[in-house]
Amino acid sequence: MQNLRWKLITIIAVLVVFSAVGVYPLVAARYGITAPRWLTDRALKLGLDLQGGVHLVLRVQTDDALRIETEAESERLREALRTRNINVSNIAVSSPIEFRVEGVSPDQDAAFREAAVEADTNFNRSTGVNNAYTFTIKPNIQVVLREEAVTQARQTIERRVNELGVTEPSIAQQGNNGDQILVQLPGVTDVNRAKEIIRSTGLLELKIVEQGPGVSREAFLQNGQVPQGMEILPGSSGATGEPGTTVYYLVRRAAAVSGRDLRSARPSLDENNRPAVAFTLNTDGARKFGRVTGENIGRQLAIVLDGRVQSAPEIQGRITSDGRISGSFTQEEVQNLSLVLRSGALPATLTYLEERTIGPSLGADSIRSGVIASLVGLLLIIMFMLTYYKLSGVNAVVALIFNLVILLGLMAYIGAVMTLPGIAGFVLTMGIGVDSNVLIFERIKEELEAQRGVRASINAGFGRVFWTLVDTHVAALISAAFLFQFGTGAIRGFAVTLFLGLLSNLFTSIFVSKTLFELALGRRHQVATLSI
Amino acid sequence: MHIFHNTNFDFLRWRWHAIALSWVVILAGIAVIVTKGIPRGIEFAGGTAVISQFDQPVSIQQVRSALDKTFGGQNAIVQTYGDPSLRQVMVRVPEVGAESGASLSSAAQKVEQALREANLGNVQTVGTEVVGPAVGQELTSKGFWATVLSLGGILIYISFRYQLSFAVGAVVATLHDLLVTAAFLAFFQYDITLNVIAAILTVTGYSTNDTIVIFDRVRENLRGMRRDSLHHVVNVALNQTLGRTVITAGTALLSAIALFLFGGEVLRGFAFTMIVGIITGTYSSVFVAAAIVTFWRGNAPTRAAAHAPAMAASVAPSGSGGRERPADASAPQQPVRKAKPQRKARAS
Repeated sequence: MQNLRWKLITIIAVLVVFSAVGVYPLVAARYGITAPRWLTDRALKLGLDLQGGVHLVLRVQTDDALRIETEAESERLREALRTRNINVSNIAVSSPIEFRVEGVSPDQDAAFREAAVEADTNFNRSTGVNNAYTFTIKPNIQVVLREEAVTQARQTIERRVNELGVTEPSIAQQGNNGDQILVQLPGVTDVNRAKEIIRSTGLLELKIVEQGPGVSREAFLQNGQVPQGMEILPGSSGATGEPGTTVYYLVRRAAAVSGRDLRSARPSLDENNRPAVAFTLNTDGARKFGRVTGENIGRQLAIVLDGRVQSAPEIQGRITSDGRISGSFTQEEVQNLSLVLRSGALPATLTYLEERTIGPSLGADSIRSGVIASLVGLLLIIMFMLTYYKLSGVNAVVALIFNLVILLGLMAYIGAVMTLPGIAGFVLTMGIGVDSNVLIFERIKEELEAQRGVRASINAGFGRVFWTLVDTHVAALISAAFLFQFGTGAIRGFAVTLFLGLLSNLFTSIFVSKTLFELALGRRHQVATLSI
Repeated sequence: MHIFHNTNFDFLRWRWHAIALSWVVILAGIAVIVTKGIPRGIEFAGGTAVISQFDQPVSIQQVRSALDKTFGGQNAIVQTYGDPSLRQVMVRVPEVGAESGASLSSAAQKVEQALREANLGNVQTVGTEVVGPAVGQELTSKGFWATVLSLGGILIYISFRYQLSFAVGAVVATLHDLLVTAAFLAFFQYDITLNVIAAILTVTGYSTNDTIVIFDRVRENLRGMRRDSLHHVVNVALNQTLGRTVITAGTALLSAIALFLFGGEVLRGFAFTMIVGIITGTYSSVFVAAAIVTFWRGNAPTRAAAHAPAMAASVAPSGSGGRERPADASAPQQPVRKAKPQRKARAS
């Protein structure tokens, strides 16, 4: 009986551990009992659909990141050609991944090639007709750039969400191309603010104004073209704050200082006591800013946010580290803007693919109906098993409850999230889980009818069915695994529940149930009947 | 207690009837899908759903007419949501704001506004769901591949553990269950949602589970009943496992019905799919999966078949005579032990 004692100790240990991890924190939270932190920290978490909150799916427009690289490269090449006195008729970005250089004079062709090779190695160069060249980003670089853009976007969103003060947000990359970002914000109800903050590009640039403001874009064109190294940006004329008509500025394309040089940003007030955002530059940025402002005293400095001129104050002296963005902001906009600036700019624009809000009352309803369905299901199955299998039914019911405790503990331990489909997974685990007991019991009945002894019948029942159970469970695990692959969010919760439920079922139906039989038979050598 | 004691049904005799019945259901399902279509849930079709809670009781008709002004041309779906005492209404419109930017939810805001302005008392939005068109396509392909790959995985596993014919039987039975389930979803016009797809994949697992138990018994019997026709061996296995098959379907159904009745609005489609799937899964294990194996392997005596399936047909001339054998019919429950005690060929 040494063997049996060890089996019992194992079972009790498993039960204690899993109820401590899975059940105790839930009960403690429900009835206000104190529980040690290391246990409550591991408590089973509720999914968004049960807790309420915001669920957003965004796509990162990774083309933007490629276009930025292409533009930067074309500018670098333009600069290189200028210093070497090589003349070309036009350099133009024709798609996010390529730019064209036209009109390279034949006698400068060799020099041009040399300059192009030195400029960058991330691009493939191909020769076209009429002395034109096309530069395309190398495919492997494209992949890297796209991945980087998504990762950066995810990190930026994480920083912003953390600044929002959401507890336990979940931010993950997903989608066939890996370019989607799933953002789950439990407990957040102000969807629009959350969405605005997440999506704002938040790119701050300070650029020297060459000309402006003017009433139309065309006023700045020279020979129908934007002057080299310049760009035209829109802004609003309301220097005093009222949202006026749109005006345009001709500014230098290269930013004197950008958001990367920011050290901090915070809400503040401008000289007219209107809400504004004050910012401080880091050492590197301050040095650059000081140089540019010192060289350009008397000119205007455009404060550009996401490609729009917010204001264009005159530079009255050399400025180093501190600046202010003023415009027609509300107090809330100022709050949001400082948050966005602090968290850094997004590398690409984001579009929303999906959004879902679950009010807290809706989640509570779901929990209530889920729990009722589970209890009803459990009760029906227990009643059936006790009626049909009598005392052996007790064995099955004990195994079933063990199964549920272990499942809860496993889920809490691995940090799985309980969702509404997950509750359905629980109910189904019970209904399908007793199948293992049924299979074993029916086999024991057969053996008993063949006039085997009770002990032999039980051993034969468990022995013969063992591999059947392994086969059925493996097949079910295969489909649960693919379900996990397929699903997002709530469905994953279901797949995880199903998967873990199958594993714990294998343990309870074979090991626990068998031990219970052995325990019931005890030390008696001759057992005449079995209540089954 | 026994619900089935020493039964001796000739299940395979009914295989043609069963297959005909299955085809009728599947074809009818296809006909409904072609004519009426199968309603797609918001995750797949895209669109906007708003769940609103009213302070006063409102009728569906009132809500509908409140929406007519803004969404007159569109096919707005209005239905009560959850327990009637909560006075919750779900409005679903196909419209989605432009995918760019924060305007994705503009349709949801229009619905909220229309409801507020309609003089239906105080109304509060308790949940919204906006899904752009790109999401559905990706989900459809993912759901399709998840199903195909999980069937493929099961096929490989069973042919590895059993034989190819068994694997084919199990997979055909599971495919059958998927088609029948889809047919019933179409008959009752349930929305295809993510939860329903999850249920369908669960049915895949359940159905295979059921089939494996029967096949396992067939394989076990094959070792001891080598002189009997496959037809007979399969029938004996079906009868031996009949009690378990029915009880398991019963307990699984109990839990699915509990979910259907008490699980709330979100899980209703899921629970319905599970109920249909459990019933058809059980039916197909008995009538379809086993029949496929007999079609595949012919009805030759099964001597050594368990280990050399390819040889089975050539070893014995013809097995048509082995159909009804009264000698065995007396004791189908323990064929190995009672009928041929000298052949204790079972694995220990």
